[in-house]
Amino acid sequence: MMIPDFKQTVPVDQIGVEERVARFRTRSIKKESKLFALKLALQMVDLTTLEGMDSPGKVRQLCYKAMYPHAADPNIPMVAAICVYPNRVRLAAEILKGSGIHVASVATSFPSGMGTLESRIEEVKYAVDEGADEIDMVISRWAFLKGEYNYVFDEIATFKEACGPAHLKVILETGELETYENVRKASDIAIYAGADFIKTSTGKISPAATMPVTLVMLYAIRDYYLRTGNKVGMKPAGGIRDAKTALHYLVMVKETLGAGWLTPDLFRFGASSLANDLLMQIIKQKTGQYQSPDYFSIG
Amino acid sequence: MSEKELTTHQNLHFDELWAYDPAPESPDYVSIEPQYQLFIDGTFQKPESGRYIDTVNPSNEKVLAQVAEAGKKDVDKAVTAARKAYEGVWSKLPAKERGKYLFRIARLLQERAREFAIVESMDSGKPIRESRDIDIPQVIAHFFYHAGWADKLEYAFPGVRPKPHGVAGQIIPWNFPLLMAAWKIAPALAAGNTVVIKPAETTPLTALKLAELIRDAGLPPGVVNIITGAGQTGVDIVNHPGIDKLAFTGSTEVGKIIQKAVAGTDKKYTLELGGKAANIIFDDAPVEQAVEGIVNGIFFNQGHVCCAGSRLLVQEGVAEELVYKLKLRMETLIVGDPLDKNTDIGAINSKVQLDRILGFLTEGVEGDQKIYQTKCNLPEKGYWCQPTLVENVSQSHRIVQEEVFGPVLTIQTFRTPDEAVNLANNSPYGLSGGIWTDKGSKIFNVGKRIRAGVVWANTFNKFDPTSPFGGYKESGMGREGGIHGLLPYLELS
Repeated sequence: MMIPDFKQTVPVDQIGVEERVARFRTRSIKKESKLFALKLALQMVDLTTLEGMDSPGKVRQLCYKAMYPHAADPNIPMVAAICVYPNRVRLAAEILKGSGIHVASVATSFPSGMGTLESRIEEVKYAVDEGADEIDMVISRWAFLKGEYNYVFDEIATFKEACGPAHLKVILETGELETYENVRKASDIAIYAGADFIKTSTGKISPAATMPVTLVMLYAIRDYYLRTGNKVGMKPAGGIRDAKTALHYLVMVKETLGAGWLTPDLFRFGASSLANDLLMQIIKQKTGQYQSPDYFSIG
Repeated sequence: MSEKELTTHQNLHFDELWAYDPAPESPDYVSIEPQYQLFIDGTFQKPESGRYIDTVNPSNEKVLAQVAEAGKKDVDKAVTAARKAYEGVWSKLPAKERGKYLFRIARLLQERAREFAIVESMDSGKPIRESRDIDIPQVIAHFFYHAGWADKLEYAFPGVRPKPHGVAGQIIPWNFPLLMAAWKIAPALAAGNTVVIKPAETTPLTALKLAELIRDAGLPPGVVNIITGAGQTGVDIVNHPGIDKLAFTGSTEVGKIIQKAVAGTDKKYTLELGGKAANIIFDDAPVEQAVEGIVNGIFFNQGHVCCAGSRLLVQEGVAEELVYKLKLRMETLIVGDPLDKNTDIGAINSKVQLDRILGFLTEGVEGDQKIYQTKCNLPEKGYWCQPTLVENVSQSHRIVQEEVFGPVLTIQTFRTPDEAVNLANNSPYGLSGGIWTDKGSKIFNVGKRIRAGVVWANTFNKFDPTSPFGGYKESGMGREGGIHGLLPYLELS
């Protein structure tokens, strides 16, 4: 495989990207196609809690929410994964054992990435040992913005190795990269260094995920696929709170990468409150009525 | 992605797993009369000719309504009414009051935007997304913009006294029915002229709805007269001695006839005619956005756009990747019911136009030209054409030289900027052009050498009432929009 020269910039036109996104937003999703997409979106949620306040009790609650999103309707699908800090992985893995729900852990000095390389590698290994099968790493934005692309490439490759069998999601923290061309470049670096998924944000920086940023990343994934035949996943994270936005993301994935990516194996939403809005809309589609938020358990 | 690298042609499947359910805008929201009369002197009048023509919904071939066909006498009545209104009322009105009427029309259009969008899509076949998001908002913007000019003409042309010509005769095409009416009526009224306007025979309904709206707005009778009819009605307007100024948008063929007809008279005229625009993609262009620009350039409004980017010129180094990605993008275009909110490409405006396009795709194809069409399913009834690429063409082919006016894009390659400019300019037309590059200096360098009225950089088919629009060479004369567009409706003394 030929690795591109990351000093070269793939041009991205800001206005063009944003106009394309505006077109996705005009798609009108109705009836059966809406119900299908709502259920699909729910199955793509990485239910997330990443707070200093995350006690075992809170994580336990989140795990049960992941398994039983809406007890009143057993036909509702489960979410894809839960996403926690490394010291809560063991508990989550115990609760979710046998459920099919993945356990994702942030690592590598999340959210800043400012730890030593050694400590960051250790953190990855610890999380995997504790039972995480997905690792959400952060790249060194300082190195990227300084133009040290090889450093970023190498750290990703190193963490990928430390992951062993666990899948690696690479968080670019696009809110700090500022330009779409930077987003594209960081996506390419992550993909060629071995990312299984590329992810927009930690959720700790504003702006977090946006549709235009995600579109630029989807184009990087598509180019890689067209060159190599290998599929890399995409995870927008942070700021996606309502079902309507989630459906627009799915429209964008469908019309950019096709049906092949409309699966939790290749597309995830990093979110917490999104799940309940999806549930409300699913129940609305089924019954024709909106219910109060009090009828939906919080995570 | 170099040519060598793009060897793994993977398949992306856009239609599987998840298809969008129909999301149609309801035609029940609007009411269309079975028969429409001529709008002359502030009232709807039966035609002296006694003749009516059908207007058809091109997406299902059903007759929507009958509209009157104005004969010579009807044209004369309209021109007489316009003359009377000009001399009796409109030219005596303070400019500020003219502006108020235009503001009122704009606001009424805003209130009834949805209704106008639906009728436009039903009568013309264009997708509701475009009529709702582009046509009608642009119509409103044109009225607002020109309303502002009505009492400021002396500032637009300082040192000279701008005066209206009198009665403007206007003939508009079927591709942007209401928008072209706005492009014509708004500057004419702002400048102080009165109007006799004829919409195209296949798309008269929104103009007739506009007539109702103008009547409801209380515009003095005769200031705007909207008369329907076919080619002969247009001829009668052109030849009527009471017309002071002609404005025509349509084919170059008819434009030439008009020029001959007005030769030797003192009628002022502007013509906005055909085009065969080159959309030039350099190898440093943002590829994905260029693909969007190409799609918007040629498939917008089924390609029924005089400034459509119908000739793709792509630098050889990126040609393979670009065309591959263009084809991927085309597979996601939804062709079908114009009233469905998800439709990207609607119906071809008429049987006549469809036959013309298909003629190009059969007789126009010579030698080793290759036609690529998307795999979309077309409805059984109605007039439809898949988005089409024609590859392996060269400058000498008919399909490269002539205006198809449909969703058909020809693809040629070039090696250097000079070659691109030469290919772009090697056309009897000169209405618009597009340049795609990441390099700002190249935009200016190449842009100023393209002989076209509008050149877009890293975008295509963008319109704004403040921006002048018009052609070089056989694409016409005069400009519409902006200060430049007011000028043809004024005499400066």
